[in-house]
Amino acid sequence: MGITFRKETFRDDFTFKNSPEHIRRFPFPFQEDSYMYAVNIEPHVRGPKGSVLENLIDVDEHYVAEMQDRALVLAEDPLRCQSLPHMTLAGWDLLELLMEQQALGYPEHFTLTRDGDRWRWINRPLGIDDTFTFGDVSTLPYGPMEYITRQSQGDFCILDQRDGNLWMDAGMVTTQADWSLDFDIGMNFFEWHAPVPLAHEKGIFVRALKFLTNIQQGKPARRLNWTMTINPRLDTSPENYHKWGPDRATVTPENVGDKVHLRVELQSFWRLPRSNGIVFPIRCYLIKMDELVTQPKWARRLHRVIRDLPDELANYKGLTRYRPTLLEWLSKLDDGSPTSPGFGPD
Amino acid sequence: MAAKSIISRPVYGTLSLQPGKHHLFVADAEGALAITDLASKAPAGFFANAHIIFILGNDGKHVAALQALKPAQFYQGHSFANALPRLKQTLANAHMGLRLYLAGTEGLIGQAMQAALEAGIDHTSIQTEHRGSLARRIQCVHCKGITENVTTQPATCSHCGLLLLVRDHYSRRLAAFQGVCINAEDRSEIPPAEEIFR
Repeated sequence: MGITFRKETFRDDFTFKNSPEHIRRFPFPFQEDSYMYAVNIEPHVRGPKGSVLENLIDVDEHYVAEMQDRALVLAEDPLRCQSLPHMTLAGWDLLELLMEQQALGYPEHFTLTRDGDRWRWINRPLGIDDTFTFGDVSTLPYGPMEYITRQSQGDFCILDQRDGNLWMDAGMVTTQADWSLDFDIGMNFFEWHAPVPLAHEKGIFVRALKFLTNIQQGKPARRLNWTMTINPRLDTSPENYHKWGPDRATVTPENVGDKVHLRVELQSFWRLPRSNGIVFPIRCYLIKMDELVTQPKWARRLHRVIRDLPDELANYKGLTRYRPTLLEWLSKLDDGSPTSPGFGPD
Repeated sequence: MAAKSIISRPVYGTLSLQPGKHHLFVADAEGALAITDLASKAPAGFFANAHIIFILGNDGKHVAALQALKPAQFYQGHSFANALPRLKQTLANAHMGLRLYLAGTEGLIGQAMQAALEAGIDHTSIQTEHRGSLARRIQCVHCKGITENVTTQPATCSHCGLLLLVRDHYSRRLAAFQGVCINAEDRSEIPPAEEIFR
């Protein structure tokens, strides 16, 4: 029967919502009652049916609306999608990966047929039916990375591997948690992570780089990251910070449940076969507090995590201004009883 | 010397003699002193294979001292923009064995390095020495405009007028530090500007 795609917005009137089934499948990122950085990387293998890990590239009820929002961002600011000249081959690698995975997981929505280099791609939710020559950029309306990432949920960074490091040399970045592709493109792994507090001193990035440069083809890995966003806004870019920043001052005890969203990134890491690059999809999931607290375990645990978060981290994640209001609201849902281990709801 | 900072912030050293067939120096103002210091350790005839591109400071000094080194080629200009076409051509025509030395303000080092990167030179092979002003070149992350010679924190974008926090996060590709609106959440908060990059 396939997915019923919601008609909704991530700007202006903010009509984004999760259906009850999508609330239950939300990738809640805390497996215990506290949070600190760790190299929390694990093999990206398929998970339970009905979870966001049922397929390795997840397509959900927000797909069509997210792709419409991406098109709006790109029309306003084409610099959100950039690829340095040596990255075209990696773009073809990514096109292949995303077409294969989406067609495999959702055959009712996507079909890929191949006759040598002659490929036909059908994307029913977006009304696309294109035939093109794999490897020939003149046969697509955009470069291969842009073409396929206009049809795939999440941001995508393509990393070139050389000199024992990873270089951010291409990307489609329209749903980011406050970092700029235009500024960071061309940087190495340590440079683009430079502004992250505390983690360098803990040796997190040295170990993470060692892990990532050893990723093998066919054995992707993943981790979760999180922050919070006011209103279900996908485009929380630094480019537009002066437009969305004022939202943080609008949180009141009355509107916490509707305005404050937990924002979780499912980051995965895949070796690309022809270019030997790594693609790093950053898939963003949003859930408003009113939806999240329908799971009592999540409400209690989130209260404890936010309460005990080091100030430096709270500041880096941009929570400082509304943290007291959020904590007051969450505290009423925490009776102090224990929470069960693991991520899932009870 | 700059205070302890983040990993993307460039670190500069002291110019040292490199084995090579040709030596290209790009310097501004007090950066000339880094070249004359290097010259005091150089073997006779070293500058016979050197090209010095020098941008004058406000005081107009140091030209005679550089000319006295008798470089094969010497150029003096009044701004980096003056010198850029010559620098680009020199880099485009360069052969294996060219060594690059940059000395002076961060803006000069950054922009010359940007031209070198575009010519395919690896940044780790370039000698750099900071001399003189700590004024910064910043990119406004919002409007993408570059503001030169920023000495205050915060600073006003010379293009869109937003009040910017000048970060230590630096892009070699843009030759600029990043500026991000400091009062985006509440425009009525206007922190006083302090002159800290002198």
